Order: sequence, then C-alpha cells, then structure tokens
Amino acid sequence: MELDNAKMQVAVEQGVTMVTLSDQKILDEINIARIGENLYALVRDAAAPMMVVDFATVANMSSSALGMLITLHKRIRETSGKLVLCNIQPAILEVFRITRLDEIFMICASRSEALEQF
Amino acid sequence: MELDTAIASSLSQSRVVIEQLMDAIGVSGFGEGELFGIKLSLEEAFANAIKHGNRFDPEKQVHIQARITPGHLEITVRDEGDGYCPDCVADPTAPCNLEHPGGRGLLLIRAYMDEVIHSDEGRSVRMIKTAATSTQ
Repeated sequence: MELDNAKMQVAVEQGVTMVTLSDQKILDEINIARIGENLYALVRDAAAPMMVVDFATVANMSSSALGMLITLHKRIRETSGKLVLCNIQPAILEVFRITRLDEIFMICASRSEALEQF
Repeated sequence: MELDTAIASSLSQSRVVIEQLMDAIGVSGFGEGELFGIKLSLEEAFANAIKHGNRFDPEKQVHIQARITPGHLEITVRDEGDGYCPDCVADPTAPCNLEHPGGRGLLLIRAYMDEVIHSDEGRSVRMIKTAATSTQ
C-alpha cells in the first residue's frame, strides 16, 4: 500500500505494520506534517499498534521530523503498542545520539532485527 | 562566495538559499559528514528564524550574510522577530525534556558548527565552521 504521493510504503508482516519512508529528505515542514498525519492515522484506531519505520532511503532529516517521531512514539505507547526504527543511516543515527533520542527509541540495524522485537 | 541578501518568511524561499549556499560549500573542501551537519544546521537556523522569529509574518524578512572560502564558512541568519534568550532555552537532552517534540534545532546547530554566536537579542545567529581536512 502506498500513502500520500508515495511518501511511504506500508506493508504488514507477522502482524507488524512495516512503514518504509520514501523521501530522501525529511526536512520540509509540510512534508513532515503529511508524513506525520499518515503515520498517526495508521495507529489511530489500533489497539496496541505494532509498527516498524524503515529509514533506509532517508539521507537528511530535521529536528521537526524528530518531533513528529516523538509524537508518534507517545501515541503508540499510550495504547500499549510498540514502535521500532530501523535502517537508519550513520549520519542520521548521529543526530539521534546528539539529541539523546536513541535513549527513548528502540533502534535496530535491519528490518529483520526490528521484526524480532515483537 | 559572498552573499548578502534577504528573503521573505517562507520556508520555500529559504530552501532556495540553502541550496545556493550548499552548492558553494559543497566545492569548498568540506567532507561528506561535515556537509551533512552544515546542511542540517542551515535548515535549523532558517526554520528558527522563519517559524519562531518571524512567526511566518509576510511583512518580516530573514537576512542572510555568508562568506564561503576554501575550507571555511561564516553564515549569519537574522530575523525581525521579538528576539529571545538563546542561553535560556531548556536543555532538550535533559531527561524531563527528552520527550518534548521541539527545541532541538539550536542543539544541533551547536553540535555541528565550530562556533555559534548569537547577537541582536537572539535575532541573529552567526555560524562558523572550518573544514577538518581541506581538500582544496
């Protein structure tokens, strides 16, 4: 399934919603808002949503995108769900480390490793 | 490259300037990792000026001064907002703030730039960086 002009691809594997972000740059406020709305919609009506977000194609990301992920993380946690991020390129992983967000997100090296967390 | 210009409080206009700056910085001897941090810093500085400084006010402008030489850059971004106290911004890495959605832009600019100098009551931010290993 593709959502909103192919900004992400969504599949379900082993009951886990696997989201692959399609944009190389997640910098633009409007794009970030759209991506956020799509992600929030995926978990809105789910009981204990299980989600993996795959960052393999993402090369640039702003602090606004981090804020969107934090909001997603909170919404999923509020319903006793689980969010795992994976395939984050080293430069962006460094952004997570600088902001210490690697301490609140579960981050895995690969999709398969991410799936193993459920 | 030297640049002294102003744009409207528009993220799309800021994107054009950032691309223009990155075109020059990209051939000025900075490494790939440095370019990532510079681009991110510029994105954050412009977003701060447009969103938090000018609050998207179409009557207000964002002023840019840049000097890019081989292995070195100095870029100043100034808004026309009310100003703020950069040193009073809550530490976004403090445990109590970690899950707050905002407030990380300045942290990232400071992490990736060598020097970050605020003036004009927080309306102006000057970012300075020298390439770790100049290829020029």
